[in-house]
Amino acid sequence: MATGGLFSGNSAWTDIHPAKIVVAVFLLAYPTFTSDFFTYQIGAYSLILGMVALSLMMLAGYGGMVSLAQLTVAGFAGYLMAIFGDNSVGVMGLGWPWWLTIPVAILGAAVFSALIGAISVRTEGIYTIMITLAIAVAFFYFVRQNYALFNGFTGYAGVEPPTLFGVYWRAPIPFYYLTLALAAFFFFMVLYGARANFGLSLQAIRDNPRRMHALGYDVTVHRIVAYFMSGIIAGTAGVLLVWFNGRISPGSVGVDVAIDILVIAVVGGMRHPVGPFLGAIAFVLLENFAIDLIDRERFNTVIGLAFLLVVLFSPDGLLGIWSKVRNRIGLNWNARRRNARAERDDGQTAPSFEQ
Amino acid sequence: MRSFVERHTFWAIVIFLAAAVFLWMIFAVWPDWLISAIGRKKTFVNTFFNGVTLGGLYFLVASGFTLVFGLMRNVNLAHGSMYLLGAYIGYEVAEASGSWFFGLLVAFLAIAVSGILLQVLIFRRMEGDDLRQTLVTIGISIIAADLMLAIWTGTTYQFQPPEWLFGATQLPIISVVKSSGAAVYIKYPIYRLAVLVAAVAVGIGLWLFLNRTRIGMMIRAGVNDRQMLAASGVNVQLVFALVFAIGAGLAGFAGVVGGTALSIAPGEDIRYLLASLIVVIVGGLGSVTGAAIGALLVGLAEQFGLAYFPTYGVVLTFLIMVVVLAVRPQGIMGGR
Repeated sequence: MATGGLFSGNSAWTDIHPAKIVVAVFLLAYPTFTSDFFTYQIGAYSLILGMVALSLMMLAGYGGMVSLAQLTVAGFAGYLMAIFGDNSVGVMGLGWPWWLTIPVAILGAAVFSALIGAISVRTEGIYTIMITLAIAVAFFYFVRQNYALFNGFTGYAGVEPPTLFGVYWRAPIPFYYLTLALAAFFFFMVLYGARANFGLSLQAIRDNPRRMHALGYDVTVHRIVAYFMSGIIAGTAGVLLVWFNGRISPGSVGVDVAIDILVIAVVGGMRHPVGPFLGAIAFVLLENFAIDLIDRERFNTVIGLAFLLVVLFSPDGLLGIWSKVRNRIGLNWNARRRNARAERDDGQTAPSFEQ
Repeated sequence: MRSFVERHTFWAIVIFLAAAVFLWMIFAVWPDWLISAIGRKKTFVNTFFNGVTLGGLYFLVASGFTLVFGLMRNVNLAHGSMYLLGAYIGYEVAEASGSWFFGLLVAFLAIAVSGILLQVLIFRRMEGDDLRQTLVTIGISIIAADLMLAIWTGTTYQFQPPEWLFGATQLPIISVVKSSGAAVYIKYPIYRLAVLVAAVAVGIGLWLFLNRTRIGMMIRAGVNDRQMLAASGVNVQLVFALVFAIGAGLAGFAGVVGGTALSIAPGEDIRYLLASLIVVIVGGLGSVTGAAIGALLVGLAEQFGLAYFPTYGVVLTFLIMVVVLAVRPQGIMGGR
């Protein structure tokens, strides 16, 4: 295919779907018309969970590796923040400056993720889910029993973001914009990466590892690098998460929470990076408002049922439902746009990399 | 066995020597330098027996898990929930009827039926789609854990095993010889030995069933090639349902046995799911022999870790998994 042909069509302003502009404006203006609760507890929290789920979506959707250890990676970054930075518990808390702690935490998480990858890429498919689940559970038990480094059952509290440029970053509105900026950054990075050389070869490896191996690609290294990159996303989300909560304990990296991340990604849909964010919004809304419908205690039943229904009836999650609905009522903007571009480009359509 | 000795003479000698040292450590009276090095013999022997019996319990749970996977390629992540549900059902029935054995039987049957229902109602619809099946089992385990918490609350339950399984027995192993010359023998709970006997009996039973019966032959054929088995006129769906029933029933059975040895509480489902996962990853998915070896290794590692380096016990279990994956990704007995 002609190089550049893949991207040249995308740069025209007329090609951008008006709905996307509406979404962008909505996200930017969101804090101005909502309360602090909606900005912080719903908005920022959805974006953080969405980022963790995005790191899973990147691995699972493009790499075919369903990892249940993404939250463990995020939690590891959170623990590193508490260990190297400041906390109010009096254990560890080396008091490093923020510009050192944050990169160390994120890179540490990425390396940890690459290690998990190195362990699990030796096996394939269904084994990956089992091994990463075992790693997640083992990490949970380990931090609960280790008092020297991870402060055991109590964990850490009082982990605060630095006050920069005179802004207290844990205040709802600055924190919302911080998470929005980072989430948008990683969203577009994943979107771009999926069409870049590395992303394309990763998807090819997902579809046929043996052929890619025969073509001279190092399958194992590609997969481990994918784990490393997803570790950067998950680690960043973990830093935000520990600031969001102000504390971290074994309960934050428990199996139920790790599975919630999988639920979010699956419910949202793993075909496109927007899926995890949709799933996260649905999850957080359910978590906060399901109490009005049923007993708070039975939240897990509701979320489990929702997950089960999505897996049983719409394997592509909310994204799949959306595209079905759109096709039915004939709102198929993308198809029309693609057709228009196809005519313009002399019949050369952008190839679809979806399965 | 013989070919193993011929092919790997060095390793055979190492294993033989290790076994000899081990037997000596169990049966001989320890000299002083050994006691000062690793502590009292009583701790060591008790830890060893705890490890072996825990391994037996893990085998009961994991054998069903591995059996289902071997035939259907279905990783049933709701296996831990089945264990816990079996324990609760067994407890209720045993309390109501007053018979522990009746509780055991009902738990086995009830969970076996739930396994058949799962297979017929859900898994048959998405055959060949491994990932979706696994996701469904995750959904089921979330709901099951929550509903069980709603019904049985967070309280810890304790079984009453029958009288004759209660108490401790004397093992023919000398712990220390007193200065008066009288030997002190090691005591061990009878119930734990019964768990071990049950695990060995189930293991032998499964082996006979798989290797000496016609249905077992069909199952083994199905593990190798499902399509060919179906083509040769076997009702594969019936075999699937049967295997799922046995696998799930074993989880329920293990629930009562394990619930009596330890206790029943929410969270046990995750614990036994993790144990089964590590056992089958170490032993090799789909192999019952592998599950036995893996269960023994994990049980021993857990108990020795708990006794000798308490903080890092989990890490020891985990290390075994990593080492096995690094050396033999398909597990000790796993075939490709």
